[in-house]
Amino acid sequence: MSSEPVRTDLVIVGAGPVGLFAVFEAGLLGMSCHLVDNLDRPGGQCAELYPEKPIYDIPAVPVCTGQELVDRLMQQIRPFEPTFHFRQQAERLERIEKGWRVTTSAGTVFEAPAVVIAAGAGSFVPRRMPLPEASSFEDRSLFYVVRRREDFRGRNILVAGGGDSALDWLLELEPLAGELAIVHRRKDFRAKPDSVERMRGLIEAGRIRMHIGQIVGLEGVDGRLKAVRIRNPEGEIRHPCDTVLAFYGLKMELGPIADWGLELEGSHIKVDTATFETNLPGVFAVGDICTYPGKLKLILSGFHETALMSHKAFTYCFPEKRLVFRHTTSSSDLRKKLGVA
Amino acid sequence: MIDREGVEHELEGEVGWSLMEVIREAGLPIEAACGGCCACATCHVYVEPEWLPRLEEPCEDENMMLDEAFEVRDNSRLSCQIRLTEELEGIRVVLAPEF
Ligand SMILES: Cc1cc2nc3c(=O)[nH]c(=O)nc-3n(C[C@H](O)[C@H](O)[C@H](O)COP(=O)(O)OP(=O)(O)OC[C@H]3O[C@@H](n4cnc5c(N)ncnc54)[C@H](O)[C@@H]3O)c2cc1C
Ligand code: FES
Repeated sequence: MSSEPVRTDLVIVGAGPVGLFAVFEAGLLGMSCHLVDNLDRPGGQCAELYPEKPIYDIPAVPVCTGQELVDRLMQQIRPFEPTFHFRQQAERLERIEKGWRVTTSAGTVFEAPAVVIAAGAGSFVPRRMPLPEASSFEDRSLFYVVRRREDFRGRNILVAGGGDSALDWLLELEPLAGELAIVHRRKDFRAKPDSVERMRGLIEAGRIRMHIGQIVGLEGVDGRLKAVRIRNPEGEIRHPCDTVLAFYGLKMELGPIADWGLELEGSHIKVDTATFETNLPGVFAVGDICTYPGKLKLILSGFHETALMSHKAFTYCFPEKRLVFRHTTSSSDLRKKLGVA
Repeated sequence: MIDREGVEHELEGEVGWSLMEVIREAGLPIEAACGGCCACATCHVYVEPEWLPRLEEPCEDENMMLDEAFEVRDNSRLSCQIRLTEELEGIRVVLAPEF
């Protein structure tokens, strides 16, 4: 799957608030960036976990929601024209002659003098079903993501969950599934109202069976599912089916970064607080993923970290150039980029 | 608080703390990935039934997050959403399984 490598100044792993602001700080010094994130949009925790909750501790912004913060960061970094590579995980980091090579799960290859890890608490990945027998069914009968719709044609499917992903896939697979059912803990669904309405219509029409309860066991042999045990307020029932699609939300996992040869403390990367460089020269870590004495997991702190990081990263990108410190107020380059010069 | 191995711990906190904070500050294994923002369900506990009526009903946010938890029961709550008050002195909870 490998193709021509993308050559850039900085590869940023993670497009959370800190990865986004790194584009700005790097851009000020003339470095251009490519970002990788396994989510499908920018914003990390702010966009995924609390888009509508208010944040009160961003300097000079008395209040904004998680999503507003992300939108404003996107606006702020637009002049620097960052390129985003979503829905892929940065998997490998290798030393090359002129810096580093980063390879993603989608086969994208980057080569850059410096790499910035802004991976937060790690990649957002689907939560697995915490039943001991679950792992023997995974990828054959039990799925947490749908990769190819066609793989589900004719199958007798039980969807578990009550949020948007659960309902979106329930409705999406309805035309091609065999028997279809949904299991959810309670009567109320927190998905988009029109999805809930469509689902209720299909339940009434007898196309979808609805179970209120929770999955407590999986039955089958050799990874082939025969039935699911569901506990409901009246007791336990057995629901025959051959496929379960479970949507229990997302959790964060450090993932492949753990094997990159970085010096870790627990699941955090140790850095030098003067430069935010890790034990690997030219590899930096900023935001929630990095740790040092006194580290606080605040967006504010992450922003600060990107400024110091950029000054050191500059020396890898332009070893022959001298860096002059300038305020944005008087940076003519920046004003040109912003179109206000 | 009763941990996942069934061992009982007597914990002290201050009025105004959340139950999750009490458990976390005591160094017990509660993940609380989102730090108490009702956004992760990894602070899931079972409240001993006699204490349930003394708690405020879970809000819609809490219910939404409980949807993503596993092994949810009638007495399931997110401990970051339970604020300690004088009346809750002596409350007993069991840590829900990790996932
Ligand atoms: C509910 C809640 C409320 C909060 N409130 C506040 C607040 O009021 N003020 C405040 O300052 N902070 C707050 N925080 C904390 C704040 O959100 C974090 O400090 C901030 O999001 C960290 O930003 P980050 O860019 O370092 O990482 P994240 O936001 O975690 O983003 C990291 C990104 O990297 C991606 N990633 C990781 N590994 C890989 C990989 N190998 N390949 C590809 N992508 C990868 C992840 O998918 C993720 O999108 C809150 C957090 C939560 C959960
Ligand atoms: S700590 Fe995350 S929901 Fe309570």
